[in-house]
Amino acid sequence: MPENGAPLGTPTKVTQGTPTKGGIGESTLRPDGVLKVTGEFAYSSDMWHEDMLWGQILRSTVAHAEIVSIDTGEALATPGVYAVMTYDDLPTDVKNYGLEIRDTPVLAHGKVRHHGEPVAIVAADHPETARRAAAKIKVEYRELPVITDEASATAPDAVLVHENRTDHHIGHVPHPNIVHRQPIVRGDADEAAKRADFVVKGEYTFGMQDQAFLGPESGLAVPAEDGGVDLYIATQWLHSDLRQIAPVLGLPEDKVRMTLSGVGGAFGGREDLSMQIHACLLALRTGKPVKIVYNRFESFFGHVHRHPAKLYYEHGATRDGKLTHVKCRIVLDGGAYASASPAVVGNASSLGIGPYVVDDVDIEAIALYTNNPPCGAMRGFGAVQACFAYEAQMDKLADEVGMDRVEFRRLNAMTQGTLLPTGQPVDSPAPVAELLRRVKAMPMPPERQWESSEGADVRQLPGGLSNTTHGEGVVRGVGYAVGIKNVGFSEGFDDYSTARVRMEVVGGEPVAVVHTAMAEVGQGGVTVHAQIARTELGVTQVTIHPADTQVGSAGSTSASRQTYVTGGAVKNACELVREKVLEMGRRRFGTYHPAWATAELLLEGGKVVTDGGEVLAGLADVLEGEAVEVEAEWRHRPTEPFDLRTGQGNGHVQYSFAAHRAVVEVDTELGLVKVIELACAQDVGKALNPLSVVGQIQGGTTQGLGVAVMEEIIVDPVTAKVKNPSFTDYLIPTILDTPTIPVDVLELADDHAPYGLRGVGEAPTLSSTPAVLAAIRNATGLELNRTPVRPEHLTGTA
Amino acid sequence: MDFLRPASWEEALAAKAAHPTAVPIAGGTDVMVEINFDHRRPEFLLDLNRIGDLCEWEVGEDSVRLGASVPYTGIMENLRGELPGLALASHTVASPQIRNRGGVGGNLGTASPAGDAHPALLAAGAEVEAESVRGSRLIPIDEFYTGVKRNALAADELIRAVHIKKADGPQQFSKVGTRNAMVIAVCAFGLALHPETRTVRTGIGSAAPTPVRAKAAEEFLNAALDEGGFWDNGKIITPSVAQQFAELCSAACNPIDDVRGTASYRRHAVGVMARRTLTWSWESYRGTAARTEGAA
Amino acid sequence: MRVNFTVNGRPQQADDVWEGESLLYVLRERLGLPGSKNACEQGECGSCTVRLDGVPVCSCLVAAGQVEGREVVTVEGLADFARQRAEGCGTGACGTSLQDAQLWEARPSHRASDSQTGEGTELSPIQQAFIDAGAVQCGFCTPGLLVAADEMLENNPNPTDADIREALSGNLCRCTGYEKIMDAVRLAAARQGEAV
Repeated sequence: MPENGAPLGTPTKVTQGTPTKGGIGESTLRPDGVLKVTGEFAYSSDMWHEDMLWGQILRSTVAHAEIVSIDTGEALATPGVYAVMTYDDLPTDVKNYGLEIRDTPVLAHGKVRHHGEPVAIVAADHPETARRAAAKIKVEYRELPVITDEASATAPDAVLVHENRTDHHIGHVPHPNIVHRQPIVRGDADEAAKRADFVVKGEYTFGMQDQAFLGPESGLAVPAEDGGVDLYIATQWLHSDLRQIAPVLGLPEDKVRMTLSGVGGAFGGREDLSMQIHACLLALRTGKPVKIVYNRFESFFGHVHRHPAKLYYEHGATRDGKLTHVKCRIVLDGGAYASASPAVVGNASSLGIGPYVVDDVDIEAIALYTNNPPCGAMRGFGAVQACFAYEAQMDKLADEVGMDRVEFRRLNAMTQGTLLPTGQPVDSPAPVAELLRRVKAMPMPPERQWESSEGADVRQLPGGLSNTTHGEGVVRGVGYAVGIKNVGFSEGFDDYSTARVRMEVVGGEPVAVVHTAMAEVGQGGVTVHAQIARTELGVTQVTIHPADTQVGSAGSTSASRQTYVTGGAVKNACELVREKVLEMGRRRFGTYHPAWATAELLLEGGKVVTDGGEVLAGLADVLEGEAVEVEAEWRHRPTEPFDLRTGQGNGHVQYSFAAHRAVVEVDTELGLVKVIELACAQDVGKALNPLSVVGQIQGGTTQGLGVAVMEEIIVDPVTAKVKNPSFTDYLIPTILDTPTIPVDVLELADDHAPYGLRGVGEAPTLSSTPAVLAAIRNATGLELNRTPVRPEHLTGTA
Repeated sequence: MDFLRPASWEEALAAKAAHPTAVPIAGGTDVMVEINFDHRRPEFLLDLNRIGDLCEWEVGEDSVRLGASVPYTGIMENLRGELPGLALASHTVASPQIRNRGGVGGNLGTASPAGDAHPALLAAGAEVEAESVRGSRLIPIDEFYTGVKRNALAADELIRAVHIKKADGPQQFSKVGTRNAMVIAVCAFGLALHPETRTVRTGIGSAAPTPVRAKAAEEFLNAALDEGGFWDNGKIITPSVAQQFAELCSAACNPIDDVRGTASYRRHAVGVMARRTLTWSWESYRGTAARTEGAA
Repeated sequence: MRVNFTVNGRPQQADDVWEGESLLYVLRERLGLPGSKNACEQGECGSCTVRLDGVPVCSCLVAAGQVEGREVVTVEGLADFARQRAEGCGTGACGTSLQDAQLWEARPSHRASDSQTGEGTELSPIQQAFIDAGAVQCGFCTPGLLVAADEMLENNPNPTDADIREALSGNLCRCTGYEKIMDAVRLAAARQGEAV
């Protein structure tokens, strides 16, 4: 029970209440674990085929230019080269793709809009042959002025990144270089501001983060005898890929057969297509299997990044610490193509004030079209950028009011029933104050851990092995933050998933086979699906069928939605299978025992039992050699779009909350930071697999740490070219940069969701970054209104 | 591309003479990155892995003759006493895997201002043993770096070893990166006390087109230590002296703004590292001196 | 060019190797051993870590021609390597007869393992610990981490946390935040201690 007295929520219920070994709630181990530790798990880059060719992409060397000419003659004449294709070789009238807006050319048509845009593709018998041939393609560019920020995008004479837009946002945006705009107005922020005793304003900058998944974009396309193609690919959503690929190839969807291969991480970066269409085009053109693998350099150009943002905030509070109003303007740079920009705008605006009670708000979020690298989905999108800014504001305002920063947040924390700025009530537990209390209550890590009898252990100091300090200049700081993320696809999207579940008897044992198109990207969905099947069907043996397009869509592995939605679909399909099995049982054995008709029946331990525990029949006897199979779609409750003028609407399905406490040590003279500990408290509704849940929280937390202190794609403001496309200069945290991450998991059921669960993956990425920044501010006394913070920002040498 | 695999040093020299454009490859930690990322397509790769001598070292009276391919791990594990500055620098090189392959010869051959070994070599005092079919010569480290990623080697020469003065006093090395491990230097600083000659030498990395010594700072400090009788009395160096030394080290930088850091930060950080490494080294010297006196 | 070397105790030959190819490419694309991973190909992530004559190195930075006549152990051979070490062969590379070598398989069929899950496969202690501790998510960093961690425990059976972090500082992981990797290495060390 939190101190302010409100009930936290109800405990979680399990529908089929019988505990089955390996069922939900247990930390069962990954079904793919053994293959992954022996090196046998087949990732998309591991695919191999007799006689396969290697595909190579030629990318633009400039950010914005007309293509005057392309000469492929010399490349085509290179021995070992089987095909060279440009825009002119595309087989149908569909030459663009895109998640929501089809604005992205498969190959550049007359113009390139960002550095690294695909211009031509080559297939050859060895990757080096393909590279050399690609280098021989002569492309003549006539450079155009680059659009790089809001000012250059919306200037009266601005060059349009996309002429002749016909998408459904063009009608309501103030300028064609704005992809989407979402205002949200509730109450009267101007009027409320008059009641404020304290007002703080701030401008914040969020740098461009990369997903930096370790498995590069890759796949294998194999032409089939029926004129179709089989594609083995790492993606987050097979059916979304399929919908975009098939029309470009001029094939019906059933002739583009996709199978998920091993996915080496995703984090949003595989929502958009990368090499899928290129590999298929080359395979169909050459009649040979074609493999494409990006190297790390290319990967930085081959997928969208997290939107960098400028955020302008005004917060007000009364003398007693109650928030009066928030005004904010969030400008997201979507880069050259739309990708997920509209949804990012929706999240940033609707969650723009964070998990707080504010009745009077005035919010505007926009995403720009520029000539910077395209930006789209990355873990927590929209909400991540906003959280960085509003949490900095909350600290500032607490200081103005003269309250403890955590208590100030708790005083204003939303609870179940609070209205979001969109007017939507939060109709499930919202333990924001409790999470803050818990994270604050965790024991603090000891001071000066680096000291030892043998002197300073530099590995535990800022700078680490680089031996920059033995304690000099090192100051500790502590910071807190909390965030709110929507779970699932919002704004009226038909967010469904499909599961096919089959129960049969193999060797006398009942076995469940679960078949979905869910992309397992590492999150552990395959583990959880097996657990659900065990719980719902009372069997121990579950086989997870490889994900492919031979079953209906599972939606995207993103938005923290898969355990909820595909988990829900698996649960639903299992329930339908269970009903069928029980129906068979009643037909076969109903006359032998009255309980078949009168009792609540369960499947447990491979048997049909009554809720009183009486065994009625073994599943093997019930099934009698028959298999029961059900494929069914499952939807969470519907949402609605936000009003384009007021932003009002029940746009979200569910929320996920996490709070962090960061403890850092900063070498204040050199501006180097060592994060000592990042404690997290998160409500997960119901931890279907506690081990995986904690792993998700720790991983998300670490990505938030990365963008706090090191991760940024640096784009030259004059040329719009990427300056650090490598792991040498785009740094992600090593094990020496990552602290201990104690996690306190709270389980308060969301009664709308299967098992009461909440999506887990994204929330920890939100609050981690502002907590680290707050801790650095605490250590240094600096204002620090951009992330990542770099040594020059901490030493006045920027 | 041709892959040349000499089995002996003589064969390697002959190959380099026959193919002056051949790119030597030992640890591969620079060359292979350039090949993998299609930044470089040398006509010949000259593999030095089969030449066992290059992985050996000899500790002599005054100096260590360090084979060009002795991996950084080997330096850390075996030469911490003789070459403390270089051992510290070796420990900051990239990752354990890279330290197992890379050696000082590669750092010198590439001559990137960001090479971690350079400041330690400059501070300790070293000579590069370069050899060709024409003969062998020793190039003083101060004359070795001639420009951005350029060195004093002739086209037919290979680096066989580095002769590094054995430490006669404490040495330190610091490197700033924006990550706590596996990071390329934003800037780096090496410092060596040479009580025998009553001099201090320095080395600065990544803060000028080439690795450089802060000579004015050295001269200032040498004079200040001498004047104050510090070498004999072992007193704490006055903060104003340390500060001026730091400022002169900053002034020796000629850095650029790049994705890894600003020029202004580099100047600042070199100053901080200069002050700290001087303090650590001097404290160590005083401690040693005190113990020696106590023993005597 | 042609390259002859030993992988996981078995003599291997690769033909028509382009001179710019890395050991990593040869293992993955020519020898059917894709366990070593191609995450960065610039020595910054450790996913391709193998033992080269016993020493952990990034196989992406070893030119194929440089491994002529040398011994390589990859994640596919880690279980055998660890077993041989436990049986008293210090390097894990001795005592393989030519016949055994020729019969080598990544996952021997006679161990009757499940082709979908690999259940029944013999694992090295560090491999088992990674599974048990939940240190595997997407798994792309896992092979390199296993080779590096196994080597660390070989030389330092009782590592402190700082030792583990230092030894694994060349291996990036993007999924786990490293906490469960720390758990796995601690677990393997503890089990190793119990076994002695």
